[in-house]
Amino acid sequence: MSKTIITVVGKDTVGIIARVCTYLAKNSINIEDISQTIVQGYFNMMMIVDMEKCDKHFVEVADELEELGNDIGVIIKAQKEEIFEKMHRF
Amino acid sequence: MINLREVSETNEMISKENLDVRTITLGISLLDCIDSDLYKLKKNIHDKIYDSAKDLVATGDKISRYYGIPIVNKRISVTPIGLIGGSACRTEEDFASIAVTLDEVAKEVGVNFIGGYSALVAKGMTKADELLIRSIPIALSSTERIMSSVNVGSTRTGIDMDAVRLMGDVIKKTAELTKDNDSIGCTKLVVLCNAPDDNPFMAGAFHGVTEGDKVINVGVSGPGVVKTALEKVRGESFEVLCETIKTTACKVTRVGQLVAMEASKRLGVPFGIVDLSLAPTPAIGDSVADILCEMGLESAGAPGTTAALAILNDQVKKGGVMAASYVGGLSGAFIPVSEDQGMIDAATRGSLTIEKLEAMTCVCSVGLDMIAIPGDTKSSTISGIIADEMAIGMINQKTTAVRIIPVVGKKPGDHANFGGLLGHAPIMDVNQYSCDDFIARKGRIPAPIHSFKN
Repeated sequence: MSKTIITVVGKDTVGIIARVCTYLAKNSINIEDISQTIVQGYFNMMMIVDMEKCDKHFVEVADELEELGNDIGVIIKAQKEEIFEKMHRF
Repeated sequence: MINLREVSETNEMISKENLDVRTITLGISLLDCIDSDLYKLKKNIHDKIYDSAKDLVATGDKISRYYGIPIVNKRISVTPIGLIGGSACRTEEDFASIAVTLDEVAKEVGVNFIGGYSALVAKGMTKADELLIRSIPIALSSTERIMSSVNVGSTRTGIDMDAVRLMGDVIKKTAELTKDNDSIGCTKLVVLCNAPDDNPFMAGAFHGVTEGDKVINVGVSGPGVVKTALEKVRGESFEVLCETIKTTACKVTRVGQLVAMEASKRLGVPFGIVDLSLAPTPAIGDSVADILCEMGLESAGAPGTTAALAILNDQVKKGGVMAASYVGGLSGAFIPVSEDQGMIDAATRGSLTIEKLEAMTCVCSVGLDMIAIPGDTKSSTISGIIADEMAIGMINQKTTAVRIIPVVGKKPGDHANFGGLLGHAPIMDVNQYSCDDFIARKGRIPAPIHSFKN
């Protein structure tokens, strides 16, 4: 089962990780790796997650995360990991 | 494991540098649709295309959503209609009615263009080929989504100058019949030499007779990604310049390969090729001309332009070949004028002329593309421009093409607007000296000496 990469980019504010993680926990999405940096006040986070136990379809989760991002004021994207694997690994 | 830097790099390419998959093109053979009854032929064509392509757009959109990469166009290419309509069509109108059928089914399945209203006449025209070619003005003025191409020459066969002469007239008539929209019909008509059978890009896409029943071909793009990469190596050596283009082209092409494999799997259609072309759009930051400027030119067309384009074209191929399992189509850098803001600016300020563009076509992946010229240009002059370009292709064993628009009612200094991805363009000057007597000669140009390889 392929992994999903969730990225969060935007102006730093309190509670971004908490809200994203709460959504993922509610939907039984397991976080396998998190990395995060803040450059000049901009928040940049990436999570590698496993959606195998999630009941929702990938597109539904991607849409809901996008909405959550709009709510927080950041851009949240969910993408299948193959696009990154293909581009950066041979 | 993938890291944050790599993920950010990919996503910045998509969000800031216009990286996209330009087209998933489904090639469909219509050879099994042939019937001598025109009504049955059109029904067969409609049904085969509909059945083959009904899930194409939804599948493309789903892949786009899964990977977060825009897939701009979903398109279809079919077997050249000149081969399909021969036994059923008696008149130009008969052929044009097939174009209407293709247009209808394109709308039904939701693709924006369908290519293959074409004839392959590199050595000579059959009666059917000639009828189809003569029907192009009616076909393009009575449809929205049809793309037409005519292959008039090849390195193996020479150039059919009777077809070249005829195409001058056909382009003029197409311009006249679509004069209310800046002669837009001519933006959908290309004359080719050495046309590839597996090109996914319009207007020259058709499903060649060497292909299987159905095939998925994918065209990637990303001029903005190459330009951004080059911004970081300003002033560096040619070695660094070339390596940067090559590495970037490789990354871009990998995305094309992924999308092609996924589309092939989901649609149950064999994967054909990835066409690793840098295809610009009129959007800011999506320009091949801007790459040339980033390489060190003040404006596209300046001395050095042909050399810079040769480097770009070659490095894109070298980077892309490693990244995809099968490479084909046109694969290289496109230099359309109206579809590239940097080229539009260069033509408007006078640094880019048709003659310089012709030189550039010797080293780019296609040819004279999307060039607006005065509406009163003679058809023999247009044929002369075509003959020059075909000769470059024939002698240099490469694909060349002419997509030129004599915009009715407009003259140099005016501007033509085609809308959307087709863009807009200044009307460019054309050499006024005559080639009437040359074009009036009958017959064909023999194949060049280096075609005899057997």
